[in-house]
This record gives sequence, C-alpha cells and structure tokens, in this order.
Amino acid sequence: MTQKTMYTSAFRPLDVQAIREDFPIFTETPPLAFLDSAASTQTPRPVVEAMDAYYDTYRSNIHRGIYRISEEATDQYEKARQKVARLINAPRTSEVIFTRNTTESINLVAYSWGSANIQQGDEIVLTDLEHHSNLVPWQMLAQRTGASLRYLEITDQGLLDFTQLQDVLTEKTKLVAITHVSNVLGTINPMQSIINAAHAAGAKVIVDAAQSVPHFHVDVQQLDCDFLAFSGHKMCGPTGVGVLYGKLELLDEMPPFLGGGSMIRSVERDISTYADVPAKFEAGTPSIAEAIGLGTAVDYITQAGLASIHVHEQELTKYAHDRLQKIEGVTIYGPAPHQKAGVISFNIEGIHPHDVAGILDTHNVAIRAGHHCAQPLMKKLDVIATARASFYLYNTYEDVDRLSEGLQNAQKLMTRRNI
Amino acid sequence: MNIYQEELLDHYENPSNYGTLPNPDISHEEDNPLCGDKIRMDLIVDDDFIKEVRFSGYGCTISQAAASMLTEKIEGKTLTEVKNLSRDDIMDMIGIPLGPVRVKCALLALKVLKAGAYGIKGWPGEEEE
Repeated sequence: MTQKTMYTSAFRPLDVQAIREDFPIFTETPPLAFLDSAASTQTPRPVVEAMDAYYDTYRSNIHRGIYRISEEATDQYEKARQKVARLINAPRTSEVIFTRNTTESINLVAYSWGSANIQQGDEIVLTDLEHHSNLVPWQMLAQRTGASLRYLEITDQGLLDFTQLQDVLTEKTKLVAITHVSNVLGTINPMQSIINAAHAAGAKVIVDAAQSVPHFHVDVQQLDCDFLAFSGHKMCGPTGVGVLYGKLELLDEMPPFLGGGSMIRSVERDISTYADVPAKFEAGTPSIAEAIGLGTAVDYITQAGLASIHVHEQELTKYAHDRLQKIEGVTIYGPAPHQKAGVISFNIEGIHPHDVAGILDTHNVAIRAGHHCAQPLMKKLDVIATARASFYLYNTYEDVDRLSEGLQNAQKLMTRRNI
Repeated sequence: MNIYQEELLDHYENPSNYGTLPNPDISHEEDNPLCGDKIRMDLIVDDDFIKEVRFSGYGCTISQAAASMLTEKIEGKTLTEVKNLSRDDIMDMIGIPLGPVRVKCALLALKVLKAGAYGIKGWPGEEEE
C-alpha cells in the first residue's frame, strides 16, 4: 500500500555549508552555534520569501473570494496541504488538518475524538517520555470523563520498558498517546510494535511526531497510526502553523472542535450542518501565510533529503557524545547515540543547568536549560532540570566543538565551588 | 565573562546567612517553576525590625547569590523597607545586566520575602497585589 513518493529521498551527504548560506542568522562572526532546534528551528530564506510573496502580491482570504488573488491564496494554501500529505505519505490530502501547532492538534483530538469516545472507566496509555503537550490534554480529558491514565515506563537506559506493555494494555485501553521521539532524551520509540500491540488490544493511537517528522521520513500508512501531530516551527517553517493527520473514517465521525466560519455547510438560527474534512476542523481564517511557508519548508527539507538530515544528525550526536563524555563530571541522560535522535540532555556536576546555558550564551552558543516541558520525566530522572543540546541540518562539528569548549570554560569558572 | 563576576561567585560559594531558624516569626518558601530554583526565607522580626534572617534552598548562581546578598542588605532594616524594595534595587545589587528569564532568578528571594511578610504574590516589578 505504501507508495514511493518524490519525497522518499536516497541518501547523499548534506552540503551543510551551502545550507547555512540560506540562513541569514548564521552570517555573523563568530557564527551563532544554535543548538536548540528541538525547541524551534531557524528559518531559511525561501520560507520567508514564500510568505513575503503572499503578503506582497496576493494577500487575501481563502475559500471565499471570487477574485483572482483570493483564488491564488486558496490555491497556494491547498498546495501546502498536498505537500504535507506527500511528506507523511497520507493516503488522502483531506486527512491533513492545519492547526496552530502540535499542542493544538493533540487538544483537537482530546476534545473532539476524546469527548465522543472516552467514557468513565476507560484507560488512556501514555509513557514516561511525554511532553506536557501530550500529557495535560489527556489529564484534562480523564478529569472530564472519569477515565484514567496509565503509564508505560522507561528503563534506566531511557528506553521504553516493553516488558510492561502487556500489563499496561488492557481491554479498557481506548487510546495510546505516545511520542515518536523524546524531546528530552532523544529516544526513538519503536512505533511499529507499539501501534501493532495497541491495535491488537483494540485501542487507537495518536503519535506526537513533533520531534520526528522534521528529522527523518515518517510514513503514516506504514505506521498505521490513527492520528499524528507535528509543528511547522520545528521543521524550518514559521511559528503559528501545525498539522494533525487523522484517518479519514475517524475524522469523518468526529464532532467539530471549534465552531465558526469555514467549518460549516449551512447555518440556521438553531442548528448548523458541518463541512467535510478538513474544513470541518479549520474554523475561522487560518494561518494562511504560515501554511504556505510550511509548504515551502517541506520542499526545503525534502530537497536536502530527510535520510541525509537523519544521518548528519546521528553523526553530530555521536561526535557530541564522544566530546562531552571526555569532560569530567558530565552526565548524559538517555540511550546511546545509535538509539536516539539529535538530542543530548546532560548535566555537569556542581553547576546548575541555567548557569551552564548562561555561560554558553556568552560564547554565542545557544542551548536549552530547564525541565523541557517534561516535569514527570525530570522527576523520573531525579533531576531538577537538565541542559539540552539539539541538532538540525545546519549544525556543524564546529558547533559541537564550541559547545564542548564552552562547557570546559564553565567548569573552570564554577568549580572553585564545591560545597 | 561579566555575567559571572567575582562578587556573585563569592556569594554563591560562601553564602551569607545560609540556613534555617528554629522559631522564625516568618518562614516562607517558593520555587520558580521555570527552572526549579527554590528559596526559603526565615525571619525573626521585632517591632518591624528584622533581627535575624536565614535563607536556604538550591538553584543557579544568580538565584542563590541574590538571596545571599539580599539577606545582608535587609538585616537590621524594617519589613516596611523590604516591602519598598523594587526590581531595580535588586538589579543594582546584582550589578550585571540579565535577560528576562534570569531576572526572575535574581528576583526570587525578594518575591519570597514579600510573599512571606505581606502575602504579595506577584513578581517584584510586575503585578504586585
């Protein structure tokens, strides 16, 4: 059933220097070592130019204008949807819904599908690795309905503990909500086996793909997931646009999420009939420029090649592991490099991660420090917070070197203290 | 490297008034949910005068050094004077420019004091209620 598409790229090494020339933010000297793409990526010129072209030459609302530029805007917005559908190999373009971000996509499912399908006594299965965006909406749904949450835990290596799977999945399980890649540990979860097991138990599966779709090829038909959510701003696109993929038969039966313009077929005083998907879930004027920008971002990362991006990130991750492990007092959390994506969470003994990030900033090295919107995972790791470096297609070995040197400097500065 | 200048690091390494008090008149603890920094302030107060103060907790250099500096600043002063301390007073005390996230690290100790003494919930310099 899986079709080969133009987006299934053969591997060729990334031309990182050429890529960096598309990102004006890297032209300063010394260049910014941007190691926080797991939070939000940088934007290449073609994406900004595509949005500028909308604002400068055909700015108008979509799906209603009779005039030429409105048709053009509608056409470009829908082309962006087609690009996203091809990227994830969705069988139908109408199964791609534009939202604001991953969080909104997950909330859409929690409210719309959740309210219609989850009842008291049902169970929703999550994992230790979930970001708050794939945790809080399910807590709220459980509180509304009287359902309960169960957790698949991680091992000491930061991998999901499959020995628990048969205990956690029961006849009460109605939904498994799971991240594809951990935003903290980088763990790449074996989605295929989890989805198969969940389906065998009669449960639906929603995949938080915010950290996977930008970094390697994700095929929703191959995974056979029921829902999949991701954000534009983590894949070279703008902020303000995200995606929910859902199987058509599920989307068709779900009640609307937000009511308003665009999502209706006809409105009377007391009752309305709703439009077909995807319009049913896109009430109000959407982020038009941003969706067009996302379409261009899809072009950009697929032209670079998702397989090439993945290999590049794995090489950087392996190199960074080697460099960081040589620094005394550094603890790296999570699995070995070959089992994870380009995300490294770590701590240096005796130095608060905020201080680590603060000192690195004076070296023009940007990393994240904090709980990474994953407080239950921090508790599990028994840390208050971690420092986190994450990679994307524009990062270089030199960025890793500067991270490593900055950390050694931080250590020199701070290790006078050990109380 | 002015962000971690000597005075701050000295306070972080050898904090003043670190610890707790056995029978404090005021004892209050808060954390900064952004980073998990935690500070507790214990005070002995006599007729509005702060006779003794101790802080405890954990966190980054800025939050712990600011707490240490603040205890030195307020010992022997009145609670009313503490109430009047502003965001700018803390920034002057720290003496280095800070971005908005780190500003909260610096302000946490004062926030804890004002909340403990007066029930003021907001961050100093923002909406103090």
